[in-house]
Amino acid sequence: MNDKRIRIIIGHYGSGKTEFSINYAIKLKKQHEKVALVDLDVINPYFRSRLQESMLNEKGIAMIASNIKGSGSDLPAVSGGVLGPLQNQSTQVVLDVGGDSTGARTLGRYEEYFQDGAYDMFCVVNVNRGQTETVEGILRNVYAIEKTSRAKVTGLINNTHLLRETTVEDVLKGQKIVKQAADKLGVPIRYVVALEEVAASLPSNIEGEIFPIKLYMREKWM
Amino acid sequence: MAKMLMKGNEAIGAAAIQAGCKFFFGYPITPQNELPEYMSRELPKIEGGAFVQAESEVAAINMIYGAAGAGARCMTSSSSPGMALKQEGISYIAGAELPAVIVNISRGGPGLGGIQPSQADYFQSTRGGGNGDYRHLVYAPASLQEAVDLVMEAFDVADYYRNPVIVLGDGMIGQMMEPVEFKKSNGRELPAKDWATTGTKEERTPNIINSLALDPAKLEEHNRKLTRKYKEIEKNEVRHEDYKTEDADVVIVAYGTTARIARNAVDALREEGIKAGMMRPITLWPFPEAAIQKVTHTAKALLSVEMSEGQMVEDVRLANEGKLPVHFYGRSGGMIPSPDEIADKVKEIIGGVK
Repeated sequence: MNDKRIRIIIGHYGSGKTEFSINYAIKLKKQHEKVALVDLDVINPYFRSRLQESMLNEKGIAMIASNIKGSGSDLPAVSGGVLGPLQNQSTQVVLDVGGDSTGARTLGRYEEYFQDGAYDMFCVVNVNRGQTETVEGILRNVYAIEKTSRAKVTGLINNTHLLRETTVEDVLKGQKIVKQAADKLGVPIRYVVALEEVAASLPSNIEGEIFPIKLYMREKWM
Repeated sequence: MAKMLMKGNEAIGAAAIQAGCKFFFGYPITPQNELPEYMSRELPKIEGGAFVQAESEVAAINMIYGAAGAGARCMTSSSSPGMALKQEGISYIAGAELPAVIVNISRGGPGLGGIQPSQADYFQSTRGGGNGDYRHLVYAPASLQEAVDLVMEAFDVADYYRNPVIVLGDGMIGQMMEPVEFKKSNGRELPAKDWATTGTKEERTPNIINSLALDPAKLEEHNRKLTRKYKEIEKNEVRHEDYKTEDADVVIVAYGTTARIARNAVDALREEGIKAGMMRPITLWPFPEAAIQKVTHTAKALLSVEMSEGQMVEDVRLANEGKLPVHFYGRSGGMIPSPDEIADKVKEIIGGVK
């Protein structure tokens, strides 16, 4: 988890940015004193990381989302409080961004903090999502997001899954396609994300750090 | 075709296109926006396909009236308050006997309500918010795979009966993600659309799509004909799922997302040795009355669980015909019941917990 202080998590919507962001922030907290998770999602009305605010706060992670409280709001408003962790050099920041280039539009406002070498921008990819099942699809998504966010992707995250039906083969199928996309972009595969039980069976020689996750956003009955 | 991970709203759109839907007319409202968004991206790729963002829900449903009248497979979607606006058009479509698929991804009400999931449109969907003696099928999927399958089926059923069909999913069905695959429907034998306004080419008398009658005797005759059709639908199209009902003391009745939660509650109760089961209506109209009547011979109580203040419970009572005590547990306004809450209610009913 030797990433830059500011981590921007982007990708196609439904690619798994929020689950990754939450798991990542929790892991980050084990290594750092001050961790902030910023929910910049202005696309989704449901399943936003702000729903986990109390759980994250209990773990000592600051949660910054819209200044309009309540899960019943779909107003595309972000909080002025986002600037705090971006400016405070002692805070580790995870920006959980809304899907696609539409969601990445919120990032434009923070461009001044996205100096070369000061941030990482990871694109989460699930090859089982229709729009990013091919190398071309992934590249199209990355380029569109880079354009609106005015930041550069520094790594890809292979998050190929079918929720609880995921097999090792799914992850490896994704790894092949994500690797080709990463090569074209000239960036590494930074993480390979999988449910704990699947992650345990992954070969250890694949590119990227194997990143086992728990599903925080998905109730048992889902 | 391999399984894809889709969001409910996308999956519904993809299923419609697979089923031959060429036209979509709609107006945005949360939590169903991904459906028109999907259609706006995908329909123009299809030859002859078109997406129109109408100026209102009322305009959209009347565009459906036009497209369906011309014999095209078409769809509109909305969420609760938007569906309320469509009711006049739905009544006209039913009156003119036009096939159309209408999707409601419902949210909290009344009024503008909220954007979180709700099942408080049961009355609106099954009783009809529009005027007159009309009925339409209401499918209530509980998983995205089922949503896909039912949407595809809905187009066939609509064509078969020349009637609008509603697919009702609460917001959670629209917003959650699940792996889905698209299977070819078993294909009903569908009648030719020889009634559609496709141009006479001066070879036949004009077809007229209409819901206005100047002669009351003729209108009554039309109503009787519609009623015979609705009886046929009641006879042929009822669908439900029984889950561990055979020996259940308490049978939970739940549909859509709530049924997923109730299933977990049933399993948890069974682990504690409490005999619970669930009857899940897949069609809300026609309501699975026979499935209720069947369990009245074996169960001791019925419990309707809904994300509303109690709507389907009325159909449960009607089907029960006074035989068993009928209980209700509901959350509303966008709140979702937990498996524990449902299990506690069952325990309260059987006297295990007060």
